[in-house]
Amino acid sequence: MKKFINAPENVVAEALAGMAAAHPGLIRVHTDPDFITRADAPVRGKVALVSGGGSGHEPMHGGFVGRGMLDAACPGAVFTSPTPDQMLAATRAVDGGAGVLHIVKNYTGDVLNFEMAADLAKEEGLDVAAVVIDDDVAVQDSLYTAGRRGVGATILAEKICGGAAEAGADLATVAALCREVNGAARSMGVALSPCTVPHAGKPSFTLGEGEMEYGIGIHGEPGRKRIPIEPADRVAEMLMEPILADLPFRQGDKVLLFVNGLGGTPLVELYILYRKAEEIARSHGLTVARSLVGPYMTSLEMAGTSITLLRLTDDMIRHWDAPVVTPALRWGA
Amino acid sequence: MADQLDVPLLTAWLGRAAAAIEAQQGHLSDLDAAIGDGDHGANLARGFKAVMAKLGTPADPAALFRTVGMTLIGTVGGASGPLYGTLFVEMAKAAAGRATLDAAGWHGVLAAGVAGVVARGKAAPGDKTMIDALTPAVAALEGAASLPEALARAATAARAGAEATAPLVARKGRASYLGERAIGHVDPGATSSAMLLAALAEAAG
Repeated sequence: MKKFINAPENVVAEALAGMAAAHPGLIRVHTDPDFITRADAPVRGKVALVSGGGSGHEPMHGGFVGRGMLDAACPGAVFTSPTPDQMLAATRAVDGGAGVLHIVKNYTGDVLNFEMAADLAKEEGLDVAAVVIDDDVAVQDSLYTAGRRGVGATILAEKICGGAAEAGADLATVAALCREVNGAARSMGVALSPCTVPHAGKPSFTLGEGEMEYGIGIHGEPGRKRIPIEPADRVAEMLMEPILADLPFRQGDKVLLFVNGLGGTPLVELYILYRKAEEIARSHGLTVARSLVGPYMTSLEMAGTSITLLRLTDDMIRHWDAPVVTPALRWGA
Repeated sequence: MADQLDVPLLTAWLGRAAAAIEAQQGHLSDLDAAIGDGDHGANLARGFKAVMAKLGTPADPAALFRTVGMTLIGTVGGASGPLYGTLFVEMAKAAAGRATLDAAGWHGVLAAGVAGVVARGKAAPGDKTMIDALTPAVAALEGAASLPEALARAATAARAGAEATAPLVARKGRASYLGERAIGHVDPGATSSAMLLAALAEAAG
């Protein structure tokens, strides 16, 4: 294992300390329990957005805390859900009197911990709603699985709902918008190499030189199948096909195309994939009205990519374009 | 040979359990890496280390179970944090007001804890989860002649239940994403549950 760490058990705490030192004007890092809030929290009269999840996916979620996006993020240990005490403390800290929305990725641990936190917050009289994001088409949704995983749509929902909350929407409206974004987004990922969780010390799986894992999860969970590596254009097709087949996109729909890097794939390769994915979207009669390209939801140093396609409404476009000032996303301010 | 579970014995159990989990941390994480994300051993070891630091000298079994449950909820994370936490918190509710537990008392307490885990995680027997070790353990506690015999039977049943998860397809948690690829691997949560019950049988034997 070659990593810039001091000790596996200090990874999260030292990274949080670094974030606090790097972005003092934007965020505050709280410890014991660990959570990150925007520097000016709580914002009176505004619906607050709280998300969280295991560490190792940076900049998600802490990098999206700030004006126009999340009010708080709760980081767990690497690839491990945070705990209810963190979520409860974060919820209390950012509640500005207009209620708090929990945005939860659909992993068993995240869902169970956020459920416990919401129960505790409601017992304290806080107004809490929760939306579970499950946009990953790699998982066949059925009674016999934990359901689809939450991946790229999470970031799009956090930005769009953050814009709506900043504009004064109430809790029910922001929660409904979050569900609408989740329902209109689909994602699919592929990995070229595994990643190593610091406290595990060895890769979570192995891939041969000529292999890729199709349908990879962001914690290195194996995907749909292991197949020989293909050229970038074919990979883009393989990712776009199940997305387009799953959501009833129509000719003329405006979409947001998000090509995400999983940590070890350089931007130059993401743009090669974006070029082909955009061409595929156009060939289906879709208008790519907005885009996002970069490593925003990573899986440590894993080489790989995921594509997310979101069918946009004018409302979503307005909130996507609204100003955002966070460590990882900034525009319009 | 103990015929009652009291605070000193339960404390000894947790010490043995924490040591076993620490020693088997790598094994649990390897099982998890095969069908999950490889952190089960590290997460549980962190949780039980915190339990031993926080335990102190609780007034009765209920207070002990509550401290264990709340500490696990606050330190383990993942799915196992709320699930093991719920197990102990529900056991605390069922043990309220009792200074000691005999075989029948422990049967009722463990059954209540396991019912809490089922309610929180919504898993059924055969879903390839910790329930596959805990449910047969509860059943095995019924009608034993003595506490050590009951605990030994429960430990054996939990071990068998954990091993019997190998041929199953997982229907809950991250392993469920694997479909048939989970076949052939023992469930890490069922394995750690069996380790806990083995530690209890040793502590009372």
